Amino acid sequence: MQMKWAACAAAVVALLAVTTGCGGGTTQPANGTAPTASSGQKTLIFGRGGDSVTLDPSGSTDDESNMVCEEIYDTLVTYKIGTPELQPDLATSWEPSKDGMSWTFHLQQGVKFSDGTPFNADAVVFNFQRWGDPNSPYHKGSSFAHYKSDLGGFYGSPGAIIKDVEKVDDYTVRIDLTHPFAPLPNILTQVAYSIASPEAIKKYNGDISHHPVGTGAFEFVSWTPNDKIVLKKNPNYRTPGLPKLDQLIFQVIPDNTARLNALRAGQIDLMEGLNPSDIQSVKSDPNLNLYVSPSNNVGYLAFNTQKKPFDDPRVRQAIAMCIDKKALIDAYYNGLADAGVTILPPKNWAYDSSIQDYPVDIAKAKQLLAEAGYPNGFDTELWAMPIPRPYMPQPQQIATAIQGDLAKIGIHAKIVTYDWATYLKKTDSGEHTMCLLGWSAGTWDPTTFMYTLLDSKNAVPPANNSAFYKNPAVDKLLEQALTVSDQNQRAELYKQAQKLVFQDEPYVPLVHSQPVRAGSKRVIGFTPQVTGGPQFTSVDLSN
Amino acid sequence: MLQYAIRRILQLIPVLFGVSIVVFAIIHLIPGDPAQVILGQQADPQTVADLRHNLGLDKPLYQQYLMFLAQLLHGDLGKSLVTQQPIASEMFPHLAATAELTLFSMVFAIVVGVNAGILSAWKRNTWFDYVAMVIALVGVSVPIFWLGLMEQWLFGLKLHWLPVIGRADPRDPVTEVTHFYLIDTLLAGNAHQFWTVVQHLILPGIALGTIPMAVIARMTRSSMLEVLKHDYVRTARAKGLADFWVIYKHALKNSFAPVLTVIGIQLGSLLGGAVLTETIFGWPGVGLYLYNGIGARDYPVIQSGILVLSVIFIVVNLIVDLLYAYFDPRIQYK
Repeated sequence: MQMKWAACAAAVVALLAVTTGCGGGTTQPANGTAPTASSGQKTLIFGRGGDSVTLDPSGSTDDESNMVCEEIYDTLVTYKIGTPELQPDLATSWEPSKDGMSWTFHLQQGVKFSDGTPFNADAVVFNFQRWGDPNSPYHKGSSFAHYKSDLGGFYGSPGAIIKDVEKVDDYTVRIDLTHPFAPLPNILTQVAYSIASPEAIKKYNGDISHHPVGTGAFEFVSWTPNDKIVLKKNPNYRTPGLPKLDQLIFQVIPDNTARLNALRAGQIDLMEGLNPSDIQSVKSDPNLNLYVSPSNNVGYLAFNTQKKPFDDPRVRQAIAMCIDKKALIDAYYNGLADAGVTILPPKNWAYDSSIQDYPVDIAKAKQLLAEAGYPNGFDTELWAMPIPRPYMPQPQQIATAIQGDLAKIGIHAKIVTYDWATYLKKTDSGEHTMCLLGWSAGTWDPTTFMYTLLDSKNAVPPANNSAFYKNPAVDKLLEQALTVSDQNQRAELYKQAQKLVFQDEPYVPLVHSQPVRAGSKRVIGFTPQVTGGPQFTSVDLSN
Repeated sequence: MLQYAIRRILQLIPVLFGVSIVVFAIIHLIPGDPAQVILGQQADPQTVADLRHNLGLDKPLYQQYLMFLAQLLHGDLGKSLVTQQPIASEMFPHLAATAELTLFSMVFAIVVGVNAGILSAWKRNTWFDYVAMVIALVGVSVPIFWLGLMEQWLFGLKLHWLPVIGRADPRDPVTEVTHFYLIDTLLAGNAHQFWTVVQHLILPGIALGTIPMAVIARMTRSSMLEVLKHDYVRTARAKGLADFWVIYKHALKNSFAPVLTVIGIQLGSLLGGAVLTETIFGWPGVGLYLYNGIGARDYPVIQSGILVLSVIFIVVNLIVDLLYAYFDPRIQYK
């Protein structure tokens, strides 16, 4: 009998030991809640949903690659963190020539790459040649996808905007263009135009995807795929005293809830990708900060303006008058979004704040429909994305809400969805009647929204202009705005275009969502970037 | 026994051959031109032609298959389309991470499951039996992601006993040699780090091990009940041998063969099925690697992942079959 109890007790103890893992009764925090006092190092861990694809910025097209590259590299021009304001980075100043056919950039002196080699005009010219010149021996190891699409193609191709890049003196370069192109400084803020160490590019024969060397505040240490990327302080960084952190780690945690758990447990210090339903609990947590950034995107309802009945602006205006944008923002964005009036986000410098949005007015909407010849409404399709996007976290639910709004004026919409790749392909080729989609911009230049979504040149499959909107007057204004270099003049042209587009309403701009991040209160001085540019240079950790 | 083992190993040849054909066929099952599908509609014709050439798609089918086999025999799994890195070297650390987690959770499942099953059979129809079997039933049914998040909440956020994500403390990185962190930390002679790695294994290990633990417990109980009815057990008891020895020394070995089959199947499926656990616990394992490959339409990665997991599954089953013959010598398949 005693034996039995002994066995029983042994089994229970073994079970407890295995399930709790604390045979010795350990109750100390097993995680890094306290900054690692042992090593005396300040290490910040940023939690994110996915891993980087490449650390060669010229080939980086995804946010996860961009985010890490931005800390390792610098660009010639950047934005003041969290604002649309351009500021010097590796270039101290820049100006266009009188005829707009070239831009001159004056470079910072005394800057070194983290491998100790100097940054100068030769390095800039070398990088431009690697990106744009198909004859450069180092035009490899990357797709140069951004360069190709932003700047019309490589040197010598028919649409190429950049003709050549010349060294004027050791710290001055001149970019010669095939035609005037005002957005250039904004385009060059993007991480794809980071200046990499020419010595490193030569050493690794163009393949720097796992060997990044830049002038940024941090230098690369290691990359464990799907786990973490470790960066450390760049000892050669140009600003004394910065960065304040010794180490910066990007940690992959695919699940949003688990990532927030890790933040609460102190295993990470900052995170992106909050579930909308967790926002309230982060706000009320005394140990956490919620960071809300200005929006640089738009989630919209696009009409196929080439198809009946959406070829009639009155029908489009009627629909704009029945959708309750505020209700959508409260229900699906936790209030963290701006209602869309024009395609441009309100923080954009070309945004026309004089335009008053169509008010929600069912009677007026019905009247417009009747005038257009649809007094009893009609049956149609409403396409909704299958997956959440930053500008639209719950597309299916939003579609259902819009479906309800449309029913009020007699429009019976069937919700249609496809897998994401098919959805994009079908909307790009104009198979839809009405579809939900959106656009996130990599720069603050208005052209990334206006030209991409409204110019008739982009209404040809595969079309980014998913309304297939064609208005010669708008095209002309957009074209003009590309060639004028003065920002105020450009803003004026874009405002005129917005007024015309607002009358036509080819899209109902629904929302401009504000990206949110969460962080521990230990993190000091963090302001999230909305577009490209480093975020961690002056961030610190308290004890 | 040796003859049986040889015969059983020879049987693997047609199986492996079949697997290689299925895996090879994956890329040819893509409707249309695989290179065009992989690169998207907007790719220029030269890039498509280059990729067709790189993938060998411009050669006759039998040549493609022979090339594929030749590469495999050299341990070459090709290059990832997304990262442009060799898949074999990219996959190995992921495989090690999954293997470490799986073996840890199997140890948990076997130790707890077998003992719980034995005790239930021994204390049949007592409160222990009822409670254990209810837990086993719940264990089989509980969704892994829910269990994982609850564990994180309880042991990480409320009790502060255990870390909630990852394989080790990133602030104190493990020097990777074998990519098995338990071994690497031992090789480095770093006891503190070893303990940290163990702590990181516990929550995902339990989340992953719960279903097999429950299945093993139920199987052990029923198998043990069967064996306890035999005459030799009654004889042993009649000799005055204590119950503990009767069960652990005499009955266990004879009741273990069916349990072993369950363990084998569970182990095989854990290796591939760990993706949920890996997602919740930020565990950079092979499930996650394959899942990302599928998301990015990285066909060489998908092919290699399926191939490697199939081979592991086959090998695990082979080992189980051989052990089966050891535990029950009557089994010698003709």
